[in-house]
Amino acid sequence: MSILHDFEYYKPADIKSAVELLDKFGNKAKILAGGTDLVVQMKENIVTPDAVIDIKAIDKLNEISLDDETLFIGACVTFTELMESEIIQKYFPLIKDMSATVASMGIRNRATLVGNICSAVPSADSAPILLVYDAEVVIKSKSGERIIPIEQWFAGPKKTVRKDNELVTGVAIHLIKENHAGCYEKLGRYSGEDLAQAGICVLVFEDQIYHVAFCAVGPVPKRAEITEKFLNGKEITPEVIKQAKKLLLEEISPISDIRSSKEYRIHMMDVMFDRGMKKALNKLRGGTHV
Amino acid sequence: MSEIKILLNNEERIVEVQPYETLLEVLREKLGVISPKCGCDRGDCGACNVLLNGRSVRSCLILAVEVDGQEIITVEGISKDGLSKVQESMIDNNSFQCGFCAPGVIISATELLNNNPHPTREDIKEALSGNLCRCTGYLPILEAVENATKE
Repeated sequence: MSILHDFEYYKPADIKSAVELLDKFGNKAKILAGGTDLVVQMKENIVTPDAVIDIKAIDKLNEISLDDETLFIGACVTFTELMESEIIQKYFPLIKDMSATVASMGIRNRATLVGNICSAVPSADSAPILLVYDAEVVIKSKSGERIIPIEQWFAGPKKTVRKDNELVTGVAIHLIKENHAGCYEKLGRYSGEDLAQAGICVLVFEDQIYHVAFCAVGPVPKRAEITEKFLNGKEITPEVIKQAKKLLLEEISPISDIRSSKEYRIHMMDVMFDRGMKKALNKLRGGTHV
Repeated sequence: MSEIKILLNNEERIVEVQPYETLLEVLREKLGVISPKCGCDRGDCGACNVLLNGRSVRSCLILAVEVDGQEIITVEGISKDGLSKVQESMIDNNSFQCGFCAPGVIISATELLNNNPHPTREDIKEALSGNLCRCTGYLPILEAVENATKE
C-alpha cells in the first residue's frame, strides 16, 4: 500500500528550526524519527499530516550521554544503538535487556526508545523500565524547556501529555548510587514481530525498596504503587510475594484483544511477577550491578 | 518532487522522489532494483530488507527522501562479483522454495555475519526472527547460515 496523501518533508538541522516548524504546523505536523510506527499509520490513513518533520539530522538528538550522573537518551537513538552503547551496558543493562526484546533486528535498527513512548501504545516495552527508573521526558518548544516525570507522561492508550507544538528531545535518567538489580519480564507470542501481551519490570534495592511497573495490562503503562507500598521495608518471602500478587492483580486492568485474553494476561502477570522478583533478587545477592 | 543522491550498490544514483514515496517503491519502480519485495508492507515480514549504512532496515517503512546522501546495499550489490558465501550455502542447503523471502533473509544474514562471523544457533535465530517464510519451516535457512560460518 502506498501513502496516499501528499505532505511537505522537512529535515531541520537544529532543535530551534524543528520547534519553529512545530509551532507553525501544530497538529498538522508529525515528527519522524525511526518511522516504524509513523509510516505504517500514514499508509493506513490513520494520520495524514501536512508536514513531516524528520529530526534525524539534529546531532544532539542522536546522543547517548552521561553528564552530572544523568543519562540522556536522545530522541533518535535506536534500540540497536542502546544495545551497543557502552554507557548503557555499564550503567543500565536493564535497558539493554529490554531493547533486545523489541520486535526484530531490522526494526530495532530503526525504531527509537523515545518514539516508543511517544506512540504510547499500552504495550510499549520501554515504558516499564523508564517508570522503575523514574525517568524524565525532556521537551522543547518555542517557549522553552519542560521536564515531565514519566509517571505523568502517559495520558491514555496512544495518548501523551505532549502538546502539538512540543518536541521531545530525549529522556533523562539519574544514576542510582545504591546497590540495586532489576528484571524485565515480557510475554510475547514469538520473537520477531512482537508486541508485549504483558510486561512487568521490577527494580529491587539493597535497603528493601521495590519499584514495580507494568505494560500491556492496563490503558497506560504504570507503576504498581499499592504493591510497592506493601513490599517496601519487607524481606521477600513466599508469603510476602503471595500477598503482593493479590495487590498487583487489583492494580492492573487488562482487556481481551487479538493478542491474548484478559484471563491469560492476569494469570501470566501472577507468574511473571514471581519470576521477575526472584531473578532481580538473585542478581542483587549475586552482587552484580543490575 | 525533490532530488536525492544515494550510493546504491556502490554506484552513485540520483533520482527525483515525492515525499510520500517509500524507499521500497523508489528502489523497485524508479531504480530498477527489484530484489527487495513488498510482502506485508508494514514492517513485520522482512521481505523488503535492505542494508542502509550497513544495517538491515525495512525499506517499506522508510521514506525515500530520508536516505538522501546515504548508502544502500541490496542483494544485487551483495552478489555483484559472484554469490556470497551465505548465498552459496543457501543453494547447497535448498534453503528456499518460492524464494520471495530470500532477498530479505540474505540481507539479515549478511548483517549478522558482518558483525559476528561466528554466531551461535541462537544468534542466527534471533537475527532472522524478523524474516517470515511460508515455504520452508526455516530449518534449511538456519542450517545454511550455520554452514556458511563453518567453511
